[in-house]
Amino acid sequence: MQIFKPASGHTHSTVQKSVVNKLNFYYGGYQALKNIDMMVYEKQVTALIGPSGCGKSTFLRCFNRMHDLYPRNHYEGEIILHPDNANILSPEVDPIEVRMRISMVFQKPNPFPKSIFENVAYGLRIRGVKRRSILEERVENALRNAALWEEVKDRLGDLAFNLSGGQQQRLCIARALATDPEILLFDEPTSALDPIATASIEELISDLRNKVTILIVTHNMQQAARVSDYTAYMYMGELIEFGATDTIFIKPKNKQTEDYITGRFG
Amino acid sequence: MPIPNNTDHSPGSLRRSYKRYLKERVIELLLFLAAFLSVFITFAIIYLLISESLVFFEHVSVWDFLTDTQWTPLFDDAHYGILPLVSGTAISSLVALVIALPFGTIIAIYLSEFAPFTVREIAKPFLELLGGIPTVVYGYFALLFVTPLLQTILPDLPGFSLLSAGLVMGIMIIPYVSSMTEDAMRSVPMHLREGSYAIGATRFQTAIKVVMPASLSGIAAAYILGISRAVGETMVVAIAAGMQPNLVWNPMEPAATITTYIVQVSLGDLPHGSVGYQTIFAAGLTLLLLTLVFNILGHLLRKRYREVY
Repeated sequence: MQIFKPASGHTHSTVQKSVVNKLNFYYGGYQALKNIDMMVYEKQVTALIGPSGCGKSTFLRCFNRMHDLYPRNHYEGEIILHPDNANILSPEVDPIEVRMRISMVFQKPNPFPKSIFENVAYGLRIRGVKRRSILEERVENALRNAALWEEVKDRLGDLAFNLSGGQQQRLCIARALATDPEILLFDEPTSALDPIATASIEELISDLRNKVTILIVTHNMQQAARVSDYTAYMYMGELIEFGATDTIFIKPKNKQTEDYITGRFG
Repeated sequence: MPIPNNTDHSPGSLRRSYKRYLKERVIELLLFLAAFLSVFITFAIIYLLISESLVFFEHVSVWDFLTDTQWTPLFDDAHYGILPLVSGTAISSLVALVIALPFGTIIAIYLSEFAPFTVREIAKPFLELLGGIPTVVYGYFALLFVTPLLQTILPDLPGFSLLSAGLVMGIMIIPYVSSMTEDAMRSVPMHLREGSYAIGATRFQTAIKVVMPASLSGIAAAYILGISRAVGETMVVAIAAGMQPNLVWNPMEPAATITTYIVQVSLGDLPHGSVGYQTIFAAGLTLLLLTLVFNILGHLLRKRYREVY
C-alpha cells in the first residue's frame, strides 16, 4: 500500500470553465453515465480515474460530442461551457463548432497519412487558413508547445508515420493545439507508449496546464497524482468523488475511492 | 508422496510419426499443385500468344504492325496496322472510365462515410446486381436504348458509336470500382477518422482529406481493375460500336476494338494458319501487354502509397 505524492507547486484556479449538470448518457438502451455533476476549472488539469468500463472515456467524449458520430447515442442533462454560458449538448449547438473549441488526443497515436507539417496544419486548413506564412507560424508554435519542434524542424516534409510512437503522440498533441482550443481532452494518452515516452507526455501536460484547460482519462493512478490538479473518481457510470487531487489522494471522503486509490480493487 | 518416474514411458514415444508426416506432405503437395496449375495456365497462354504471334511477325514487320494506320487483314490489299484497333480500345475505355471512376468513387464515399447502416445494406446488393447483368444485355441496352436516346441530343450520331458503347460500359464498371473503393475506405480504422472529427472536421473533409489518402493503394487497385475491365470488355463494344477498324479519336464514330476484332475473326471462316488468322494472336498479345502495363502500374502505386496506420 502506498500513498502517492500529489502534484504540487502550482496554484489552484477556481474559475469555472465548464459545469456538468445532471448528465446522463445512453448507448441505445444502455445507460453509461448516471446523473453526473462536476466542475472543470480553467487552466487546470482534471483527471478522470476509475476501473475499466466505469464510463470515464464515455464521459470525456461527451465534451466534444464524439458520440454524435454514431447512431442511437443520446445525451440528457447539461455541459455548460463558459464564457458562453451555453449547454454544448443542446441540439441547437453544432458539434463541429464544439470540436473547434474542445479538441481531443486519443489513446493510440493517430497521425494522418500526411507529412509532419500537414498533420499539424490540418485543423487550420479545414478552417480555411491558406496563407503559407500564417500556417508556418502556427505550425511552429504548436510543435514548440508540444515539445517536438527541435526533433522535427529539419524534416517537416517527412511522413508522420516515420516518427516514433512517443513523437507521434506529441504530433497529435501539436495537431490539437494548432487551432488554439480552450479545452484539450486526453483519452489515456500514454497507454500505448513506453515509460520514457510516457514521461515526456506527462511533462508536456504539466507544461500545458498554464495555457489550456485539460481533462485527462487515465488508468494509471500515479499519473493522475503527478499531472492533475483535480481528480474525479468514477465507478459504474457514476461520479463517486470529485475534488482537489491532494485531497482525493491523501484523505478521500469515500471508502470506495480510498479502496481504489490504494489498490484494494480495480 | 512418491516422486513420479519420468522415465516410465514406452520407449520410442518421441519418434517421428511417419503416418502424420506422410499425410502432411500429401496435403502440401495438393495445395502446391492447385497453386501451380493457375501459374502454369498463365504461362501456357503467354507461350501460345507469343509463339503464334512469331508466325505472324514472319509475314508482317513489327514496324508496320505498330505504325501502319490501316487494319485490313481480310482485304486483298492487306494492311496490318494495330493502331486503329488500339485507338478504338482507347477511346471506348476512356469514355467508360470518365463515367465509372468519378461515379464509382462518389458512390463509395457516400456508402462508406455518409450512408446510414440500413441504406448501405439495401444499396449494396442492388449495386452488385448491376455487376451481375450479362454483358450482352448491356450491349443491347446500348444499341437499342442509349444510342437512340443520344441521337435525340446529337442528331449526327451514327447507329454504332464508341460513345454509346463507352457510356454503357462505364455504367457496367461502376459497381466494380465503387465496391472495391468502398472496401478500401471502410478498412481505414475508425480512430483515424475520429482524429479528424475531434478537431472539428466535417464528414466530407474527413472523407477527402484523411480517409481517401489513407486508402489510396486500395483505391488505385480499384481504378486499375476498372481500367483493365474497360480495355478487355468485348460484348458491349462488339454490339454497340460497330466492327469497322477505323483510326479515329472521335467517340462519335463507329470503330472496332482489339477484343471485337478477335471475336470477329474467331467466329469467321478464315483457315487456321493463314496470316489473316494469325492476326488475332498478335492482337491478343497487344491486349495482354496493355493490361500488363496497367497491372504493373497498379502494383507500383500500391507500393508507393502503402497503407500504414
